Amino acid sequence: MALINKNAAQINATIVGNKRVGQYHQLIINIGNLAQACKPGNFVAISVGGETSGMVLRRAFAISRVSTNTTLGGTMELIVAPHGQGSRWLCAQPEGAVLNLVVPLGTAFGIPTEPVQVLLVGGGYGSAPLFGLAETLNARGCRVDMLLGASTAGKIYAPMEGKRAVNSLRIYTEDGSMGQMGRVTDPIASLIKDMDIAVIYSCGPMAMLSAINAITSQSDVIHQCAVEESMACGIGICMTCVLPVADETGAVSMLRSCIDGPVMDGAFVQWDKVGQIL
Amino acid sequence: MTSVDLSTTIGNAWFPNPIFTASGCASSGRELAQFFDLHDLGGVVTKSVMSKARTGRPTPRMAETPSGMLNSIGLQGPGIDAFIAKDIPYLIEQKARIIVSIAGETVEEYSTLARKLRSVSGISAIEVNISCPNVENRGMVFACDPDASRRVIDGVRRTIGGELPIIAKLSPDVTDLVAIARGVVDAGADALALINTVLGMVINLDTMRPHLGGKTGGLSGPAIRPIAVRAIYQVHEAMPKVPILGMGGVSNGRDALEMIAAGASGVSIGTASFGNPMALISIAQELKDLLSAKGFASLRDAIGFAHRVETGQ
Repeated sequence: MALINKNAAQINATIVGNKRVGQYHQLIINIGNLAQACKPGNFVAISVGGETSGMVLRRAFAISRVSTNTTLGGTMELIVAPHGQGSRWLCAQPEGAVLNLVVPLGTAFGIPTEPVQVLLVGGGYGSAPLFGLAETLNARGCRVDMLLGASTAGKIYAPMEGKRAVNSLRIYTEDGSMGQMGRVTDPIASLIKDMDIAVIYSCGPMAMLSAINAITSQSDVIHQCAVEESMACGIGICMTCVLPVADETGAVSMLRSCIDGPVMDGAFVQWDKVGQIL
Repeated sequence: MTSVDLSTTIGNAWFPNPIFTASGCASSGRELAQFFDLHDLGGVVTKSVMSKARTGRPTPRMAETPSGMLNSIGLQGPGIDAFIAKDIPYLIEQKARIIVSIAGETVEEYSTLARKLRSVSGISAIEVNISCPNVENRGMVFACDPDASRRVIDGVRRTIGGELPIIAKLSPDVTDLVAIARGVVDAGADALALINTVLGMVINLDTMRPHLGGKTGGLSGPAIRPIAVRAIYQVHEAMPKVPILGMGGVSNGRDALEMIAAGASGVSIGTASFGNPMALISIAQELKDLLSAKGFASLRDAIGFAHRVETGQ
């Protein structure tokens, strides 16, 4: 049985930066020494709405990057889309505001022991944690190529500084307003054929992850994906964020995306059964 | 401030304080143990376990609602054998006091579960969950039918013998809660757990269909607290000697004291732990401070205090 991230702690932390980046907000939060325990793929659960709020559940966000040697100590970066009531409240918080966090949570992307070629695929602001991952993979000596996709240009998240960690970056939009017109999954099959890709790392909507897995399952490329299911607690006690995953013997069980995920081996996720009764 | 005696009893089981996890809101206990010592709780009420492993309902399984949430888990769990082999030993190792919650599809299944638990040591009480709303067949909600409720409790009582306290968990979604409570007490329940979640639904306006995979879900959180307080008050008024484990939207010491004043001997915390992993510990501390500030020497003195009859006026 998987266990909660052993470094997880509940803390109060101060927002030290909040700026708009296209349709998203970049939040920088001072989390002190806990930054050292955060790995690419981990997430944070944040209380929203303040003390008198009727929003009783935390909101989960992927940690896009951490800095451990800033003048503030350790900080983490989140890229937040102000879509719902909770995320809009969060994006409206000024620098200096204090948030209650549980961090770090969940599994992390596995980093190859050898300097292999890898492909990173992000959908929408799902690209955010891939830039921190790219830096880690780069440091391991991996060749890192990246594909980003979204419905339209405004939903592409690709910061200038993030691009330094990747060998190449291709952008796809469904309406053609940025990069090439089409889906981010379109070139993957030919890239697998032409390049010696060992691992695909993906983060984005479930439909995108499923489409990538349909391609990698025809090859020997490993697919590490960060899944998403709606989540009430983030700490493994509510059993809402489950999805069907097989084990080595083929037995399928409903695993929690907050504890056994968010990063999972795509080959074991039963994509056709997500959202259904087993 | 530290002199308040927080200890409480449910049937013949003694607990050092009245704050418990709510069934289905603490998983196996291992997750919350990352944040505090399980021994510090009054006890851990485990997730309702059935005879066989169960995968539960499809996702989405939750929807946040004003001051609450709907859940639609459907009793996902490992089954009684794996539960006894893996989860109970862990909780005993943590020196947690354990209330095992059981759920069945038939009267016989409850008895079978009770038989398996009879020989397990280290259990303080058994919660008989006859009111989970997240099942395919509403007929399985025994607690909506006085006769079925009675038969389940009677079967468990006969199987388990006189030792372990039985706590019957009831649903507020009934016309006459007191009548059902009387029935299960007559059948051998030592105590009552009030309340299970309230059946609800959210429609997703993007799909124009019920949002939850299971369509309906159980409403929990502060939104249902007044319903819980009312239920506890009514049942305590009718049967003041029967201990009640109160629950439903308690998020702080004030809410816990409200349930105790209505007649609860213990209070379970569920949804509040989702929002705050340390909720159980902070609620226990706040309750202690509040009892002291109000001049109660012990928790026991506050149980049912809202029912007191003023004399000498």
